[in-house]
Amino acid sequence: MSKTDPFESTACPERPDIHFRPVPPESLGALAKPLTFRERAWNNGALRKTALLILLGLLWEGYARIVSNPLLVPTFSSTVEAFGEGFASGVLPNRVLYSIRVLLMGYAAGIGLAALLTAFSVISRFGTDLLETLSSMFNPLPAIALLPLALLWFGLGNPSLIFVMVHSVLWPVALNTHSGFTAVSPTLRMVGQNCGLRGINYVLKLLIPAAFPSILTGLKIGWAFAWRTLIAAELVFGVSAGQGGLGWFIFENKNQLEIPSVFAGLFCVILIGLAVENLIFRNIELRTVRRWGMQG
Amino acid sequence: MSIEENPAPLLDVRGVTLQYRTREHLITATYRVNFQIHRSDRFVLLGPSGCGKSTLLKAIGGFLTPVEGEIRLRGEPIRKPGPDRMIVFQEFDQLLPWKTVKQNVVFALRTGGLLSPKAAEERALQAIDKEGLTRFANAFPHTLSGGMKQRVAIARAMAMEPAILLMDEPFAALDALTRRKMQDELLQLWDDTHFTVLFVTHSIPEAVIVGNRILLLSPLPGQVKAELNSLPRGECDAGRLKLLEDTIHRILFSDRVEEVNES
Repeated sequence: MSKTDPFESTACPERPDIHFRPVPPESLGALAKPLTFRERAWNNGALRKTALLILLGLLWEGYARIVSNPLLVPTFSSTVEAFGEGFASGVLPNRVLYSIRVLLMGYAAGIGLAALLTAFSVISRFGTDLLETLSSMFNPLPAIALLPLALLWFGLGNPSLIFVMVHSVLWPVALNTHSGFTAVSPTLRMVGQNCGLRGINYVLKLLIPAAFPSILTGLKIGWAFAWRTLIAAELVFGVSAGQGGLGWFIFENKNQLEIPSVFAGLFCVILIGLAVENLIFRNIELRTVRRWGMQG
Repeated sequence: MSIEENPAPLLDVRGVTLQYRTREHLITATYRVNFQIHRSDRFVLLGPSGCGKSTLLKAIGGFLTPVEGEIRLRGEPIRKPGPDRMIVFQEFDQLLPWKTVKQNVVFALRTGGLLSPKAAEERALQAIDKEGLTRFANAFPHTLSGGMKQRVAIARAMAMEPAILLMDEPFAALDALTRRKMQDELLQLWDDTHFTVLFVTHSIPEAVIVGNRILLLSPLPGQVKAELNSLPRGECDAGRLKLLEDTIHRILFSDRVEEVNES
C-alpha cells in the first residue's frame, strides 16, 4: 500500500474561491521589448535582398576570373564598366528609353483590350465563354511565333512590335482579372447589390477592388511577358528598323564581339525588371492589397 | 387569433414557396410560408439548419424570387435588392476590405442614399459611435476582431435607416461571451429607436432573448410550425424564459405536441 501514487492518494479538501484584482494595464508601462539592431536589420527585406545581390555579384566575378575567357564570360567588373561607358556615351539610355516607350504603348493597349474583354465577360455569359475560349486558345501561343505574321501585316517597325506585345499582355491580364472576378465572395456581391450598386458602378466599385489581388498578379505577369517579347522581337528585326531598342543594342554588340556590352545590355534588362518589380509593383501592393489585408 | 384586426403589416409574406437549383437538384427550401411583421417588431425566424430560413431572408432581401406566393414591403411587392432592406450577414467578409470602418459606412450611405459627402460622413460617425467603434473609425476591417466586424456591419446597416433590418445569423460565428454581449447591445439599440428587425437564428436561447415574436419552422422544406410571443422587453424572469424555451423545444422536435397546441 505504501507504493500508491502520491498524485492520486488523497482527494483535495474543498478549496475556497480566490479573487484577484488585476493591475490596470495603463500603469504597467511599456510591455513590448524593443528589437536589437541585428534583428531589425534581418527583418528589413530590402537589406536582405541587397546582401543576396552582392553575394551573386561576387560569385559571378569569381567564376569569370576562374574561366578567364572574356569572350564567353566577361567579369562582373568589366560588365559594369561597359555599362558605365554605355551610359556615359548616351547610347544605352537612348536605347532604354526607346524600348520603354514602345513597351508602355504595347502594355497600355494590351490592358485596355483586356479591360474591354473582361467587361464584356462580366455583363454576358456569351462574353464569359468568349474570354475563356479565346484565352485558352491564345494564352499558350508564344507571342514571338506571331512575329512573322505581324511583319507581314504591319511591316517593319513599331506597329508589329506593339501587335506581338498586345498578344503577350492581353491574355494573362484578362485571364487573371476574370478569375479574380469569379472568385469574389457571394457575400460581398450581395452586400454591393444590397447597398444599391448596379451596372458599371458595381464593376468599378465592387468587383475591381475585390478582385484586385488577382488583377495585380495579372498586371505583373503581363509586364514581364511584354518585356520579354519586346527584347526578343527587337533581337529579330531591330536590324532593319534603323533605330532600335535594348534588344537591338544586345544584337549589335554581339555582332561586333563586344561581349561585355552584350552583358551590359542584359544587365540593363535585369535592372529595369528589378526596379519595376521592387519600386512600382511593390509600392502598389503595399498601398493596396497589403494595406487591406487581402494578401499576407 | 385573427389577422384582420391587426393594422397593415410592414412586411407581408404570403404563401411563399422558394426553390433553388443546385448542380443536380431542384430544392424546395420553403413551402407556403405565411407571416406578417409589424413596425418595431423583433421578429425571429427559428428552425434547424435546412429549414430555409436564410433562403427566406434572401428572398425578402430581393435576391430570390418566390415560385409561389408573394412578399410585400409596405404593400409593394419586392422585386430586387435595395437599401430599404439592409442585410447583416453571418460572414465576417461582408465588409469591403479596401475601405476603413468609416469608409464602409459612408460607402453604403453614398451608394444607396442621396446624402451629400459631408452629411454621409456625419451620419456614419454617429452610427459608428453608437456601436462604440469611434476609436477604430479609421481602421481597416482585417485588423478588427470578429465581434467588431459584426458591429461595423450593424452600424453600416443601421446608418441606412432601412424600413426593415434583416439579420442572417449575425452572431453565429462569434464566441459565446461575445455573442451574449452583442445580443444585449442589439436590444439596447432597439430601445433607442424601436427599429423593425427580422432576425434569423438556429439557437433557441438567442431567439427568446432577441425576439418579441418567434416563427418556428420545420426542416426540409421549411413550413411554419408555430408563431409565438416571446417575453416582453425588460422581462427576464428566468423561470418563464426556461418555460418558453422548453415549449419551443417541444414544438420543434415533436409533432404530437404541435397538434395539442393547435386545438
